[in-house]
Amino acid sequence: MANVEAVRVEGLSKSYPGRSVLRDVSFGVDVGEIFGLVGPNGAGKTTTVECVSGLRRPDGGSARVLGLDPRTQRDEVRRVLGVQLQQSALPDKLRVAEAIELYSACHRAPVEPGPLLTRLGLDAHLRTPYAKLSGGLRQRLSIALALIGAPRVVILDELTTGLDPQARRNTWSLVEEIRDAGVTVLLVTHFMEEAERLCDRVAVLDGGRIVALDTPQALIERVIRHQIVRFRPRTPLTPEMRADLAALPQVRELTEIDDRIVITGAPDVLTGVTAVLARAGVIAENLRVDSPDLDDAYLALTDTDTDSNSETGTDAATDTDVRRVGRR
Amino acid sequence: MSTATTPAPITLTPRRPARGLLSQVTRTELRLFLREPVGLLWGLLFPVVLLVVLGSIPGTRKHGDDLDGQSVVEAYVPILTAFTFAMLALNAMPPALAGYREKGVLRRLSTTPLPPSRVLGAQILIHGAVATLATAVITLVARFAFGVHLPRAPFAFVVTVVLTALALFAIGLFVSAVAADTKVANGAGAVLFFVSMFFAGLWLPRAKMPDTLRTIGDCTPLGAGVRALGDATAGHWPHGSAFPVLAGYALVFGIASARWFRWE
Repeated sequence: MANVEAVRVEGLSKSYPGRSVLRDVSFGVDVGEIFGLVGPNGAGKTTTVECVSGLRRPDGGSARVLGLDPRTQRDEVRRVLGVQLQQSALPDKLRVAEAIELYSACHRAPVEPGPLLTRLGLDAHLRTPYAKLSGGLRQRLSIALALIGAPRVVILDELTTGLDPQARRNTWSLVEEIRDAGVTVLLVTHFMEEAERLCDRVAVLDGGRIVALDTPQALIERVIRHQIVRFRPRTPLTPEMRADLAALPQVRELTEIDDRIVITGAPDVLTGVTAVLARAGVIAENLRVDSPDLDDAYLALTDTDTDSNSETGTDAATDTDVRRVGRR
Repeated sequence: MSTATTPAPITLTPRRPARGLLSQVTRTELRLFLREPVGLLWGLLFPVVLLVVLGSIPGTRKHGDDLDGQSVVEAYVPILTAFTFAMLALNAMPPALAGYREKGVLRRLSTTPLPPSRVLGAQILIHGAVATLATAVITLVARFAFGVHLPRAPFAFVVTVVLTALALFAIGLFVSAVAADTKVANGAGAVLFFVSMFFAGLWLPRAKMPDTLRTIGDCTPLGAGVRALGDATAGHWPHGSAFPVLAGYALVFGIASARWFRWE
């Protein structure tokens, strides 16, 4: 079992009458990682995880969870896979403790519920019926139910949609703890901040295809190769200093707006700029560095305006690159 | 998570499951059933109250010629028995199951090793148990309060009750299977309920029906059921067509439900 991937999806395709939802989707999730599946609404994220969890039958291709086929080895897969669904529901009058009891009974070797409920902050709501739980508590109960069977892999679908920023951050540390507890996480999200912060690797899904798959950092670097540095020199720059800055190999463009300097350049342009300023003894005030984040990469990768290019991934990036700089 | 101390990180310690699967599902469903007392009210309380009210009206215990020699109360005991099964199988269960599907309860459960069919099993078990309890209460109240004799052919009576239950729950399950949502399930269940109860003789006892109507009624599950219950109560094995009709409904609708039940 040492080399078996937590999840392996191979050539997955699925169509509904009149439209194709997944087209040849392939990716693998390594044991122990947090793997992100991102993409715009309707990109096929949920359909993909539904095929992985055996809720939906793909038209073509295959899905495996720890080497098991969710269609022919339904029970085996359900024993190792926990699922938190986007719209998960329980009967209105079912109480938290009863839901936990029921879902525990569904599994052969469930976990001790006490510590899990305490960590999720559900211990104070054991007698609350499902209908009366707040959105955040429902989400946490849903996580608890996904973990109660001691899964080795867990699918979390749009976990933080509808949560306030504080609750979202709390949930992020939870996801990290789940991974640290030895559970592989397949995370579906449309928050790039979330994917960037949590995921070891991210697959970008658009129009039913994977348009990119890499670490968040590599995706950012692949798509957008620039950094913008802005500052206000305490003393005006001399023409020599300006020439020194412009001569740096990383600098592509240097502009002055009133007393502010804006430098656009390679991702490591800041190092060169600060070195020049330090040598010249110039103090940079209000120094600001704009680095592109996964949001920018995501927009570039899934941009449908440039539809002729967007499907080829990196080629499109250079185009949008320029545009994005302009937009900033 | 407003406490100052950070809670201990997630730990997943295995433990032994507390209870067997079917019993846990049934326990949960029973709790939910009791929290929504509509089923209990209409399936158990209402028919019993109806019997008591009916039996308290002067003259209803007198044996007359117009009901084939039966008293009104006697004629209504099998009808009320049919009523409780129809109420639970056609009016209470389909909306409950359709609601589970509509809200994604079944879909959520199907991501666990639990086969969601267990939920159906538990639902039929609970509604069937309440209907059986109601049958017992109706029979006993009729016996001890109003002097209606107990079924003279007890075995035939039990077989009839079981077959009627199977036929009605198969139809109820079929409604749950094909109804798009709770509203449709409610509507379809109610229509079937009133049609079935008409042929069961709720408004016009079978003895008073014209021959054509009675013949049509014999082909409906509750027409056949009430006739067979009457026969068993009177002490003989039910007439020819009743059991095949009931078994046929149970079989056809049972297979159709299994074939077409949608989990989401």
